[in-house]
Amino acid sequence: MDLRQQVMVLYLASSALDSPVVGWTFYDGTGQQAHTTGDGSEPPYKTGLHALRDGWRVIQLPQLIPPYPGAEYTTSFHKHEFTFEKLVQRVAEHADGRDGG
Amino acid sequence: MGAMAAKRNLLDTLQMARFVAKGFLRFDELIPDELNRSALEEMERGIPSPRPWTPLAGCYPPPSAIGAVLRLPEVQGIVESLVGPGCEFDHHAVHIRQPHEHYAQHLHGDSIIDTRTEHFDIQLLYFPHDVPPEMGGTLLVPGSHFRRVNEADIARYQNVRGQLPFVGKAGTLLALHHGLWHCGRRNDTDRTRTMFKLRLNPVVKQVRLWNTDDLDREVERVRDEPIFTWMRSEEETLARILGMPEPWFEHATGRLEIVNRIRLWRSLTGDETFDFDGWLTRLENTPAER
Repeated sequence: MDLRQQVMVLYLASSALDSPVVGWTFYDGTGQQAHTTGDGSEPPYKTGLHALRDGWRVIQLPQLIPPYPGAEYTTSFHKHEFTFEKLVQRVAEHADGRDGG
Repeated sequence: MGAMAAKRNLLDTLQMARFVAKGFLRFDELIPDELNRSALEEMERGIPSPRPWTPLAGCYPPPSAIGAVLRLPEVQGIVESLVGPGCEFDHHAVHIRQPHEHYAQHLHGDSIIDTRTEHFDIQLLYFPHDVPPEMGGTLLVPGSHFRRVNEADIARYQNVRGQLPFVGKAGTLLALHHGLWHCGRRNDTDRTRTMFKLRLNPVVKQVRLWNTDDLDREVERVRDEPIFTWMRSEEETLARILGMPEPWFEHATGRLEIVNRIRLWRSLTGDETFDFDGWLTRLENTPAER
């Protein structure tokens, strides 16, 4: 088996894996797909749980970190970033590391 | 640019509220075609940079086409409403996206993390030619301007719900809060895309700089309304504009964004009592201190 990793990051509306997707990112280690900023209009899944049902494996759940004293109302990065992976068979014509663009 | 803008060209209260909520305003086909053509030629030739922190009034003297754009009364009204009279040139850039680039810019906020709460710079984005969807106009993330991030630390965010790819006609102007997340999108056409960006700094306190003739009336419309009244009506009010979450807001953190908007609104109006839905009223209720 000559496997490559596909990584998907879903930003969810709450810390619950079954809450709606509000942001998304893909990286494809096979070289078949090349994703970039602003290339999608609709989330790939309705919720994080829908991604699980489609075969994605969660490899990181965001920690729940209490706000720093004095910064309780400060907003910054997306709060609920879930990282998923799939391992897929490498495709021969992309084996040289070039991007499929 | 030297004279004060005429009152009729200033923004109104609900436009200002939209700026506070969304972090930008959009003015479609504001600049006349003839000026668009000469401005584009000027951009292609190269526009000499004024000296940083020069009053805008002293920048781009005639016969500069960009200067003529900035001297339009409507543009002066927008600029003055947001950053006030006498604002200063920070920097400009002609952003060019070449045909068939494979990648977009990463999402970012310009400059570095900026913790100011009572002041903001604006960035004018001027599109001198039509930008169809496939040409990769600037992507904006509405409502992202209060998020404290440092430049492209958010580079891994490829798509968010509610993101706004700029598509529009020649002569369209956007006015952005400095903190708004944005990026240049991939240009999938065989034509070059050109856009002029100008950052301006205020030199006055940013309080009631727009046409505030309607301010008291708009505040009265929402004063002491039962919470979430605006959700049951399509009527555009301060509470509806400032209370409406963006599609990408998290359920809980999104509520903090409403607090951020109310705080900026208080600062811009000088009215430290303004509130709706009880967001700040509850927090400020400390009977033991009375």
